[in-house]
Amino acid sequence: MFKKRIAAVAAGLFACHALSAIAADKQVEVMHWWTSGGEAKALGVLKDNLKQRGYAWKDSPIAGGGGEAARTVLRARIASNNPPDAVQMLGFSVLDYAEQDLLTNLDSIAKKGDWDKQVPAPLQRFSKSDGHWYGVPIDVHSDNWIWANKKIFDELKLTPPQTFEELVADADKIRKAGYIPLAHGGQAWQEATIFDSAVMSAGGPKFYNDALVKLDAKALGSKTMEKAFDQLRALRGMVDPNFPGRDWNLATSMVINGKAAMQIMGDWAKGEFANAGKKPGVDYLCMRYPGTQGDFIFVTDQFATFKAGSDRQAGQYAFAEAVMDPKVQAQFNQIKGAVPARLDVPADGFDECGQKSMADMRTALKNGTMVGSFAHGQAMPEASKTALYDVVTHFFNSNQSSADAVKALVTAIQNSK
Amino acid sequence: MAAKTWDSPQMVVGKHNNVSRIVIYSMLLIVALVYLVPLVVMLLTSFKPLQEVYAGNILALPHEWTLAAWEKAWGSACVGLDCSGVKGFFWNSFRMVFSAVFLSTLIGALNGYVLTKWRFKGDNVLFALVLFGCFIPFQIVLIPMATFLGKIGLAQSITGLVFVHVVYGLCFTTLYFRNYYIAFPDELVKAAMIDGARFFRIFFRILLPNSVPIITVTVIWQFTNIWNDFLFGASFTTGASAPITVALNNIVNTSTGVKEYNVQMATAMIAALPTLLVYVVGGRYFVRGLMAGSVKG
Amino acid sequence: MLLHSRAQSIDPAKSPARVEKVGKKRSARNAFEALLPKLVLSPTLIITLVFVYGFIVWTTVLSFTRSRAFATFKWAGFTQFARVWEHPRWHVAVENLGIYASLYVVLCLAIGLALAILLDQRIRAEGYLRAIFLYPMALSFIVTGTAWKWILNPGLGLTKLFHDWGWTSFQFDWIISDDMAIYTVVIAAVWQASGFVMAMFLAGLRGIDQEQIKAASIDGARMPSIYRRIIIPQLRPVFISALVILVHLAVKSYELVIALTGAGPGYSTELPSTFMYSFTFTRNELGMGAASAVMMLCTVAAIMVPYLYSEMRPRRSGGGH
Repeated sequence: MFKKRIAAVAAGLFACHALSAIAADKQVEVMHWWTSGGEAKALGVLKDNLKQRGYAWKDSPIAGGGGEAARTVLRARIASNNPPDAVQMLGFSVLDYAEQDLLTNLDSIAKKGDWDKQVPAPLQRFSKSDGHWYGVPIDVHSDNWIWANKKIFDELKLTPPQTFEELVADADKIRKAGYIPLAHGGQAWQEATIFDSAVMSAGGPKFYNDALVKLDAKALGSKTMEKAFDQLRALRGMVDPNFPGRDWNLATSMVINGKAAMQIMGDWAKGEFANAGKKPGVDYLCMRYPGTQGDFIFVTDQFATFKAGSDRQAGQYAFAEAVMDPKVQAQFNQIKGAVPARLDVPADGFDECGQKSMADMRTALKNGTMVGSFAHGQAMPEASKTALYDVVTHFFNSNQSSADAVKALVTAIQNSK
Repeated sequence: MAAKTWDSPQMVVGKHNNVSRIVIYSMLLIVALVYLVPLVVMLLTSFKPLQEVYAGNILALPHEWTLAAWEKAWGSACVGLDCSGVKGFFWNSFRMVFSAVFLSTLIGALNGYVLTKWRFKGDNVLFALVLFGCFIPFQIVLIPMATFLGKIGLAQSITGLVFVHVVYGLCFTTLYFRNYYIAFPDELVKAAMIDGARFFRIFFRILLPNSVPIITVTVIWQFTNIWNDFLFGASFTTGASAPITVALNNIVNTSTGVKEYNVQMATAMIAALPTLLVYVVGGRYFVRGLMAGSVKG
Repeated sequence: MLLHSRAQSIDPAKSPARVEKVGKKRSARNAFEALLPKLVLSPTLIITLVFVYGFIVWTTVLSFTRSRAFATFKWAGFTQFARVWEHPRWHVAVENLGIYASLYVVLCLAIGLALAILLDQRIRAEGYLRAIFLYPMALSFIVTGTAWKWILNPGLGLTKLFHDWGWTSFQFDWIISDDMAIYTVVIAAVWQASGFVMAMFLAGLRGIDQEQIKAASIDGARMPSIYRRIIIPQLRPVFISALVILVHLAVKSYELVIALTGAGPGYSTELPSTFMYSFTFTRNELGMGAASAVMMLCTVAAIMVPYLYSEMRPRRSGGGH
């Protein structure tokens, strides 16, 4: 009796599993971690363009940790010889995978789309390996921004601080008036984001480059680096005691609600303001971190396409072309709050802060002050970046002196190479 | 519920007074309230509009009770580009879990049977070997298993995922059945053998029918573990065939997007409902199932 | 329990020739029968050998290579192990594991046993109470971590709650404190698993022989010592199963920690499981991740193997988990 039952169930199971999904031919599977409503809307632009090129979008989102979970799953997919067609990438990932010969070469369409000329050179460094195109950047964020509540600034008659000392003085006034000077979320990446600006402000773009990109030991161990940590220490004094573990967007809402005056965050924060119905210049101000005016610390999201047989290539090419389509770049970034990764996209349709960002990027490009963000993996390799994360977050969450932090930094970077 | 056939030790001994009863009840009540707090928080948050969530405190009753978060979680929340909630993923999980639970339970039962009624030299060692598998962290397993599944062509399929869950559920199911059958009277088995019954007949006719309690325990444990797994589910499926934990993760862990805490809690509750039901409904069988050797009562 | 039994069926009319033929068949069948149990067990053994021990070997091999982002087979001796031990996060992780694992196991066992004893007292609402204690186990780690993160959040959770209710001096900020954050992980984890342990003990308690208790009380023993001398020792088998399950859950703590504290503040709630995960998959240090995994397995083996060995050696005649 039991036997019959078990046999029946087993037969049913086999039937179920016989219905394995047969992959539709004209579709592109995309793995990413943009899972919120606003991000979905932005991606929708890309999806529509892909459809116009004749390919359906198969969505494989894996949220979490700025791509950490996705990275793990990707490793598993690669191990099983079944990678997605296109994957969102940050930092050096494109280069890592390109070196392992896992990515599709995009040179032919790069030439068609004139990418070599239209994509800013600092970005190309992360998309090209050995002179060949493997990644396509879809946006350019920058993280040396301060977002401020305009009402508080008007009330206290403050203007955007031009030097760090001014910022400290302003913070004092803000605190005395009963507001929290700096809204901050206590997570390692957020502290690292602030550190980006602190280093740039303390030492300028050349120092930033030497220390955080070239990992030059002298620069890393210098007094200038101590000054950067000093700035971090001063900023630590401007936050409220409940900051540990706080999500970044909760910190932004503190600014939106007028509980805090400022937040140091990348321009993805614009999405929060927009969602709350706030307008730049009217309800909030966007200003560069004092000491980094004219510098552009960039974070770019890219997509890379994985080699998976010649039958997938056409779809991958279509996808790459869709990403680099100037129309897509314009619409996508207007929704996302970033700047197009192509220089030939017009500025109409972008809001006040967006246009400022685009102008800043062009200036920085001209002056050679456009540098990749360490916090978001565009400066040093992953192992060193996470080592530095540890140092920075430990410093922020303890009473360590700047001098000790610098020593710890040097050791950490050394050990991670 | 079946009539209780036991007395508490207090009653056996004959000492039990009202004061101690009050103390016992109050302690249980206090602990129960503490245990309930997270569930209450989650439920309350899921019934509030987002502004109230940000503004209020976690145990405050909603000023405005709303099912909007639940509707959104089921049918329109964004788990990526696809903004149609978690309902599809919910059914994916169901399909995957049933097969995996069934297979791992069946094999575990057979293993327990062999290890206790068909003893041979070294069977305890083999059991210990299998048992050690319970401690292997899944992170070790991920890449090699992905490589293996890729090589046999089962990489992005429900079959592959079921296979993985069966493999890593065997240590527990074997443990449960082995412990249960070890207390199962050998005489009954011997009697059946004298009757001429052979290996499988004894199993299907004698042991299985009397194993309902432990089958319940095993099914509950396996169902919960497999339903709640995230890592394997994310790595061995793609897109719309993912289990609900992947969808839950995508809703709860958006990194640079707006966080709708009420929708997150509603999603978490939807994801937890089957397991909660299984635990609450199966609870009494659970305790009964763990009572190996209770025959002597 | 319903027990099936079959009537004796003996066929008296069997000729010697038939008996001999049947005898030969029977011995072949017997040989097969003798093999059958082992055959039935073998798929599980093969699976365990390949997918548990095989993978452990693979990881061990990796730990001796110079693998970083991808697996290579360049020999590295004990370098990866050295690098792990030199890393400050590992020191924190090991220390946390000691605190976390010991507290988790001890508290779950203690609370589980206490609740089981209480519930065993012929409580009227036993079914409901049992469900309340059991349900946390049904929740996934993501859900548990998220819910507790909220509750323990100093600005939004318990603290705000008590402030709103008037107890303004209440402070519970363990989750943001470097030293105390690991204990919040213990709280959430114990909440999740102690009900399950309680169910196991409750079942064990219900199987205890009433006669012994009666006899002891007639001899003049009092309740506490009856529990101590008679009841609890008979629960030893339950302790094994509970321990196996708790150690398994402690090893698997990755998702809970990430959801609750993200291994923070800083990295003060780092555990070997989060260390292993982040170094293997995120930090492109496959070799270090493998080395940490090997060390974790050795630790677990060092504890569980002797314990299992000692518990399984004596022959038991029925009764026991």
